[in-house]
Amino acid sequence: MSLRKPLPGTRAQTSPLLEACWSPVDRIGPVQPGTRTSSACDGVASRCAPAPAKTEGPVALPDWVRGELRTAAGSVPRVATRLGLRDRLGSWKARWGIGRMDFKVPPGLYGTGNPGPESPVLVTANYKMSFDCVRRALDGLNAWILVLETNGVNVWCAAGKGTFGTRELVSRIAAVKLPVVVSHRSLVVPQLGAPGIAAHDVRQQSGFTVRWGPVRAEDISAYLAAGRASEAMRIVNFTLMDRLVLTPMELTSLKDPTIKLAALLFLPQLLGWLTLKPADLWPFLGACLSGAVLAPVLLPWIPGRAFALKGWLLGLAWSLAVILVRGLELKAGSLFTASAYVLILPAMTSYLTLNFTGASTYTSLSGVIRETKAWVSPLKFSLAAGLSLWALGRFL
Amino acid sequence: MRAQYLKNVVTLAVDNQACRGCGQCIEVCPHRVLRLEDKRIAIGDRDACMECGACQRNCAFGAISVRAGVGCAAALLASGGDPDHCACA
Repeated sequence: MSLRKPLPGTRAQTSPLLEACWSPVDRIGPVQPGTRTSSACDGVASRCAPAPAKTEGPVALPDWVRGELRTAAGSVPRVATRLGLRDRLGSWKARWGIGRMDFKVPPGLYGTGNPGPESPVLVTANYKMSFDCVRRALDGLNAWILVLETNGVNVWCAAGKGTFGTRELVSRIAAVKLPVVVSHRSLVVPQLGAPGIAAHDVRQQSGFTVRWGPVRAEDISAYLAAGRASEAMRIVNFTLMDRLVLTPMELTSLKDPTIKLAALLFLPQLLGWLTLKPADLWPFLGACLSGAVLAPVLLPWIPGRAFALKGWLLGLAWSLAVILVRGLELKAGSLFTASAYVLILPAMTSYLTLNFTGASTYTSLSGVIRETKAWVSPLKFSLAAGLSLWALGRFL
Repeated sequence: MRAQYLKNVVTLAVDNQACRGCGQCIEVCPHRVLRLEDKRIAIGDRDACMECGACQRNCAFGAISVRAGVGCAAALLASGGDPDHCACA
């Protein structure tokens, strides 16, 4: 691993640009991999972040850099096309929301293999998971990767926000001197970047023609070989695996409300005003898991179209299961608790499932507005009524 | 199995007069909602549209209009119902 070793023959390569980029680093000494470089790097980052520093001694390079490529516009980092343990661990952490908004690579130009002036240029976002998907897909290929500054957000979301957009692409092309590096004038932009990038404007402003690449990075080599995208490469799916990998993030979103609720109940419980037992909590835990894990996984098979309805139905099934397991007979006393479960648990699951709309690949803003308006107030009412009944049931 | 979202909510509209039939919108649509009919754009499976706005952004002739946005309830709720504000960083 060349993690902290300077690359051979790189020390003489320092350009004024490069010095501008690295001067803060030089002053503070070696940086750790993954440490963000200074804002001085903006715009010329291709030669900034993974570039060699001119200082003696150990220099921190990201461990996915595999040397440098000489181009007419200066040196460009060559990147590994196989992911290491550190890359995989980083992705896993991001899936669990750990350091997710800081999981990024410096924007700029990178290369895989031995790219030349004729090699294709693939554009991506600076979310490291996006970047990793692209470089892994380029294993064995000579290509350029142009990374846009999206503040660590993936291509599709960043395109929706406009950061993965025409303006950033056009200015990044100029910043890395792409017209000097390559002799052709075409770019492969992921199709999901289209909400932010207008191909006709890019051509007008930069002279580069946008070719829409496949939706999924794994199709890149087939796309490059065929020179065009098949119909299957153009369609967004939402497979079981696609949904499953998103569930840790859904679970993570439960952390804050859980802590708040625990803090709220702690003192009354301590003072004996509440006598909650662990057995009192599992129905609610189950409702949370139903909304955060089960609903995303079972999504297409749960009846209904609205996410809130799907979640509510799943929660209803759960509440009935709870009533059966607890053997709550339908008589006064336990009737309060049973009704409370039916009012509370489906409302919780429904709300959590509604929140999964943002992670899905097929919900429209208009649809989400409609179901949010239709469901949120009734869910709140149901929750409030259920909690009242539940409290009442405990006193009777 | 593919899940389908709500019926009759989508704001997608096409202007046949403005369309030149270049097909850019068809290429960028991730749900294959649009198709060519007599060298002009037409809406196929309207309910499959997720209003991502890719077609509108890539129409050089202004022939497509859609209220583009992210279908995310968390963002909507966090922003107090303002669809232009996104809750994620």
